Amino acid sequence: MDKIQLGEFIKTLTGEFEVKEGKQFVEVTLHPSSLYQLAKQLRESEETKFDFLFCISGVDYGTDLGVVYHLRSTQYDHVVVLKTRTSDREHPMVDSIADIWEAAEFHEREVFDLLGIKFRNHPDLRRLFLDNSWGFPLRKDYVDDINIVTK
Amino acid sequence: MEQKEIITAPDEQQEYVINMGPQHPSTHGVLRLLVSLKGEIVKNVQPHVGYIHSGIEKMCESLTYPQIIHLTDRMDYLSASINNEAVCLTVEKALEVDIPDRIKVIRTIMSELTRIQSHQLWWASFGMDLGGLTCFFYGLRDREKVLDIFEETCGGRMIVSYNCPGGLMYDIHPNFRKRVKEFIKYFRKKLPEYDQLLTGNVIFHERSKGIGKLSKEDAISFGITGPTGRASGFSCDVRKHEPYSAYDRVQFKEVLLNEGDTYARYIARIEEMWESMKIIEQLIDNIPEGPFAVKMKPVIKLPEGEYYQRVETARGELGVFVISDGNKNPYRVKFRSPNFCNLSVLNHIASGFKIADLVAIGGSLDLVIPDIDR
Repeated sequence: MDKIQLGEFIKTLTGEFEVKEGKQFVEVTLHPSSLYQLAKQLRESEETKFDFLFCISGVDYGTDLGVVYHLRSTQYDHVVVLKTRTSDREHPMVDSIADIWEAAEFHEREVFDLLGIKFRNHPDLRRLFLDNSWGFPLRKDYVDDINIVTK
Repeated sequence: MEQKEIITAPDEQQEYVINMGPQHPSTHGVLRLLVSLKGEIVKNVQPHVGYIHSGIEKMCESLTYPQIIHLTDRMDYLSASINNEAVCLTVEKALEVDIPDRIKVIRTIMSELTRIQSHQLWWASFGMDLGGLTCFFYGLRDREKVLDIFEETCGGRMIVSYNCPGGLMYDIHPNFRKRVKEFIKYFRKKLPEYDQLLTGNVIFHERSKGIGKLSKEDAISFGITGPTGRASGFSCDVRKHEPYSAYDRVQFKEVLLNEGDTYARYIARIEEMWESMKIIEQLIDNIPEGPFAVKMKPVIKLPEGEYYQRVETARGELGVFVISDGNKNPYRVKFRSPNFCNLSVLNHIASGFKIADLVAIGGSLDLVIPDIDR
């Protein structure tokens, strides 16, 4: 399937989301509540078979916190990007997809560690690189007291 | 004299936890493994990382694109040239710059030399992990030859920073072609020595065959790429699937094996060294003439948007995900590092084997810790 066909097919799946044909990949924007349902369909559907989750990136958009998922199918070699964001900066919560792709477990821990986004139903959500005395450094409002990163 | 009570052996049902690292010779850097054991059998391995977390992704947000390149050297320091290339390709793709053939060919040769020296060091230390100290001397002896070539052309031996957006920092040294050809001729004779020393060794077979099996499905699900993934039959070579630089004009084989054990991962890397030499041989006599860099604007600003570029480092797929808001600094940079994913599978494949096998399995994953911590 090429990009247009893939976009059209994803539109037929159940759930609430918007499909956009990006410059590079097909991009799907969705609410955190419908993430898990769509992810499972993308993995299991015979037409898409997205079995390789290769990147999860947490992003601070200023007002919102977001998570970007990059998925590829090893059989068809097509890629889809899932983007979800939440406006709750105090207790941001996104469903974990660690039971769909094993790779997600470590990636989600990293996102939690650096941006403070919690993942519901994650098997082992602990901080990965830093200890609990740190804030969440990749947030844009992080105060860098000791000038580790200088402008 | 008072007689001390003899401590009885722990109950067989009881698990005990030992701490391997962060300063342990077989973890190759500051990786700490919390190993739960029952007798000598590994029950669970919990990696603890972050001892050299340097916040590269955070630093990138306040640096310009040409500056970021110098940070990527420090991530996977054994694939420095390839990491540089990844950022350069992202910038060039975003700005839609056409790169002349000369740059593409030189970049490809540099990447393959980097891959060879990385695998040489891996072979050297893997042999040492399993008790063959001679391997270390053989591996480093040959690796020096590659590093000398780097030193002459790039100035640096490991941290080369040779690529820059739009091309290369400086042209190749006049001796470059000659020395690379000499090296290939030399290493074609020396690589069979690696086989004689370790590949056919019975003790080595006992310690590696059937140890740490990883199935293809698990490799894909865990996101295992590079020689580790290909040893499990997962076709994941970016050079084949999404050719960049000059990989579309060279003939080489993607090394695929099906066993998925430590021995297969070993064979995959040895075979890759042969393939890398083939690639270099095809290109070294055909370096086109032309400029070594395209003139770029003094301040590089990427158009607003998101860019993803992947390359094949010596350890797997490195992805650079850049979100730009149109400024000279990126809004967010994410490095999808191969070692980070490869580490996550350690518990899965090492559980059930002996603790001595954990060293062999960890060695066969070829982890570079700064790439995990970033």
